Amino acid sequence: MVERRPDPDELLARVHEGEQASARGKLTIFFGAAPGVGKTYGMLEAARREGADSRRDVVVGIVETHGRYDTGSMVIGLELLPRRTLEHRGIQMEELDLDAALKRRPELLLVDELAHTNAPGSRHLKRWQDVEEILAAGIDVFTTLNVQHLESLKDVVAEITGVIVRETVPDAVFDRAYEVRVVDLPVDELLQRLKEGKVYLPQQAARAVDHFFREGNLIALRELALRRTAERVDAKMRGYKAAHGIDATWHTGERVLVCVSPSPHSGRLVRAARRMATSLHAELLGVYVETPAALRISSGDRDRLAENMRLVESLGGESVVLRAEDAAVETVRYARKRNATKIVVGKPTHPRWFDFVRPSFLDDLVRKSLEIDLYVISGRPGEVPAPPAPPREVRHRSLDLWGGAAAVAVVAASTALGWYGFGKDELADVVMIDLLGVVIVSMRYGYVPSLLAAVLAVVSFDFFFTQPYFSFAVSNLRHLVTFIVMFLVAVIISRLTKRIRGQADSAREGERRTASLYAISRELGAAQARDVLLRTAERHLREVFGVRVAVLLPGADGMLEAAFAEPGTLDDADKDMGVAEWVWLNQQPAGVGTDTLPSARALFVPLKGSRGRVGVLALFPSAETRLGDPEERQLLDTFAGLVGSALERAQLAEEARRARLRAETEQLRNSLLSSVSHDLRTPLAVVTGATSSLLDEHGPKDEATRRELLMTAHEEALRLNRLVRNLLDMTRLEAGALTVKKDLEPIEEVVGSALGRMEDRLRGREVETHIPEDLPLVPFDSALIEQVLINLLENATKYTPAGTPLAITASTQEGNALIEVADRGPGVSAQDRERVFDKFYRAREGEGGGVGLGLTICRGIVAAHGGRIWVEERSGGGASFRFTLPLEAATHVQPLPVAESRESEGR
Amino acid sequence: MTEPKPLILVVEDEPQMRKFVRIALESHDYRVIEAATATEGIQQAIAYSPDAVVLDLGLPDMDGMSVTRRVREWSTVPILVVSARGQEDSKVKALDGGADDYITKPFGAAELMARLRVALRHAAESRDVPSAIVRLGTEVEIDLVRRLVRVRGAEVHLTPIEYKLLTALVKHAGMVMTHRQLLERVWGPGHAHQMQYLRVYMTQLRHKLESNPARPQLLITEPGIGYRLKAEA
Repeated sequence: MVERRPDPDELLARVHEGEQASARGKLTIFFGAAPGVGKTYGMLEAARREGADSRRDVVVGIVETHGRYDTGSMVIGLELLPRRTLEHRGIQMEELDLDAALKRRPELLLVDELAHTNAPGSRHLKRWQDVEEILAAGIDVFTTLNVQHLESLKDVVAEITGVIVRETVPDAVFDRAYEVRVVDLPVDELLQRLKEGKVYLPQQAARAVDHFFREGNLIALRELALRRTAERVDAKMRGYKAAHGIDATWHTGERVLVCVSPSPHSGRLVRAARRMATSLHAELLGVYVETPAALRISSGDRDRLAENMRLVESLGGESVVLRAEDAAVETVRYARKRNATKIVVGKPTHPRWFDFVRPSFLDDLVRKSLEIDLYVISGRPGEVPAPPAPPREVRHRSLDLWGGAAAVAVVAASTALGWYGFGKDELADVVMIDLLGVVIVSMRYGYVPSLLAAVLAVVSFDFFFTQPYFSFAVSNLRHLVTFIVMFLVAVIISRLTKRIRGQADSAREGERRTASLYAISRELGAAQARDVLLRTAERHLREVFGVRVAVLLPGADGMLEAAFAEPGTLDDADKDMGVAEWVWLNQQPAGVGTDTLPSARALFVPLKGSRGRVGVLALFPSAETRLGDPEERQLLDTFAGLVGSALERAQLAEEARRARLRAETEQLRNSLLSSVSHDLRTPLAVVTGATSSLLDEHGPKDEATRRELLMTAHEEALRLNRLVRNLLDMTRLEAGALTVKKDLEPIEEVVGSALGRMEDRLRGREVETHIPEDLPLVPFDSALIEQVLINLLENATKYTPAGTPLAITASTQEGNALIEVADRGPGVSAQDRERVFDKFYRAREGEGGGVGLGLTICRGIVAAHGGRIWVEERSGGGASFRFTLPLEAATHVQPLPVAESRESEGR
Repeated sequence: MTEPKPLILVVEDEPQMRKFVRIALESHDYRVIEAATATEGIQQAIAYSPDAVVLDLGLPDMDGMSVTRRVREWSTVPILVVSARGQEDSKVKALDGGADDYITKPFGAAELMARLRVALRHAAESRDVPSAIVRLGTEVEIDLVRRLVRVRGAEVHLTPIEYKLLTALVKHAGMVMTHRQLLERVWGPGHAHQMQYLRVYMTQLRHKLESNPARPQLLITEPGIGYRLKAEA
């Protein structure tokens, strides 16, 4: 015998459960068989004990006392959370204020009646969802529940009491609860209490006794409640055993597979399967096989299917959609694969003769299931309200009409061809042509028209080609056989063609999904920038799902903001932003088609990456969107996963880029510091030295020396000023704080002002200026371009011998103004011509040299104007620094006629 | 000297700067009162009616423009604003708001004295009748009565706008005039933003009066601010 070891998966799941449980609040359910057994009272009593001596912070979220005196008195002394008042169709409704509860954050919150359905306009449809959110926030909850509100027992309760319960709680919630306390009361006592008016107020009491509180009902409900609790305890015990490797009643990983269908009775089937699974300690698998034919089910069916699949999940089961040609084969195959030993399937509801026409799913299943047990459970029509007949789509009817017309036309054409082409003697050929017509109709127009064509073909064959001609009468029995064979062949062909079409459709559908997934993953992989990613995702989502898209990502402050929103989808003031926030915080989908905030305009899906949450995807459905469809949802989840990880990748890349930039900036700062500290210290040292020797009483006495010292100090101070100015300019350029205020200005003017400013330092040099009078005005920022000229002139004074001439020339070429500052110095060597514009680069130590920023600043300023700066060798020796400034069209200014006339008037 | 020494109010928050300005001014025979904040400065201006105000634009309690406007509500005292480099906008605002001239830090004592002298003289002249003939440098002569301009003795024809522009500058000789001020004087308030006209006429004027228009000696450009007609201090 092989020793059983704890299943690693199961242990892992248990660890996860443990982890979640430590962060989650603990749920305690006060569980009773019927109203009036004292659940609320018991809960309040327990809460008072918890809160006694301020041991725990207990707050009453919502408690219904139903006007019962003793219950009401228990509330006194406990802190009450104000209720939220909602108005729906003029009726005031009071609900648990979920946000207030989350904000108040008590240790323990009391929430009565777990199965309650919230008023429209609340965040969640059901109160148990509110409780889930409160638990997720780490708050313990006490709540009450009656046995008839458990989802899996819904049908049983309906059978016992004849009352269909609409407010239900998923069994998963019940099973996950930390503790379930049964509040039990013998039936006699309950009835006694009811009579005394302790349960309902007297006027309601009589009616309630008649309907629900019959003794038989109550006994059955009590048994149900106790049994369900026992089951839970049993499961706990098994959990303990599993965790400790005790093998006595090892659960064999058995699974119960239930065949889910769009049928309205399928829900019942699922609940029955769940009960079976529970009693067998087995897992529940809900399976739907999508066959090619099923691709064409109505949208009402689709919705019901989605609902049934959700039911499986809410009952703690796993829902799976499979795609295959043959539903029965696939179901059995999957059951084997997943080790399911029992298949639950509904009893057929169609009439018996139907089985002759097409093979029954159930029959197939029975034949193919072999060792797997098959449970056929009654759909019991009548108990569950029949769904409204799905409205037939007009489009389909018109299509059928077209198909019918086509069938008639094709048969007429093939008859005519037979008639004129072959005549009455070549019957075999005529039959072949008729069959060809049926094939054509079947390929082009589908099953029903092709059946029609088959009938018509037989009839026309009878009418035109067999004796007696032009009569439906049949004279020869052999012809009758021909008719039957011909009809059967036509029908078989139609069926085959239909199936091929179906397979093709199914393949196309699958192909579409695969192709779209492939396309999006490839494009997302190729995209780097976030915006490109978002646009790519948007395009694919729109094409595949027919939705309009908005993507919300956390901004710099961590708050969600719309990173991408198609017009008409989302704006920041939108109330749907609240839904997005909720999705972001809870990492659960919400909005249209979900149970959370279903009144929102969009479906909000969390985008997750491998490292955690990334953002929120908002999908605004349009008419052709079918997001309720489980397959579409699966596809959407895959899409969301792809988009999430692509966005995460983009974020990581961005972070890496920033880190690199930071490192570079850091390095730059260091080299700046080392360079600047030297360059700043030298003039400072000179100023300090010169002035201190002047102050020294033993310092130089003669006027000439003192004056020389003063001059030196003054010059060095001016140099310091230039250094600081350059540093500041550089900082501003790098910080992007440089604002270029362009105006149309004459070059001559800015050259003039730069020369004026440099007057002292240019003394003793000849400066030639060549500025044509017809030079147009150029758009530039005069203060900045003056700075460029000053830096160039300063460099010239620093790096060329004193007294050598300079020249400033301006001209226009190719839509640019070209300005040149040329000298007759040693020039700039070829390898330095680029580097002189680099930061802190100095070709050589000039007299009164700077930090090596002057030309870098020039380049920054010129670039900010859209121009270019470079250095060339000047013909005849020396360096020629040139820069361009783009001209704008029509820079020649026409004189203002108004101005002249004003002037003449003024005279 | 029979006239009393001019009284200068220095509004500056940096004590070292204030000290330097005071010493420079006192060594040139000015009397000095000091204020460290704009509020104090306005109070001093009311209390002492100084002959000129040297106003720093970087005061902690109020921006220079507001101070200028407040003073201008009741006084035409010349105001010389002191600013750091790169504050072109606030300079223009202060000048448009009524300040008479500006000087950029760091500045030498000589520069400060020259600016102050022009401002004081201008204040004195505005009370006198302007002389009929104005000489600019050695080469340009303007006959304000006969509306004639001579350069190196030869008469130069100016268009009416050029002439008006020149006279506007002459009236504020030695002091900066902002683009807006010039545009409003010459073209009228409706054209305060059409700077390129001003630039075109300025260039034309320079070409008619200056021997080398690219190195102007009279019509000086103050980038980002306006123009100044250079006058011997």
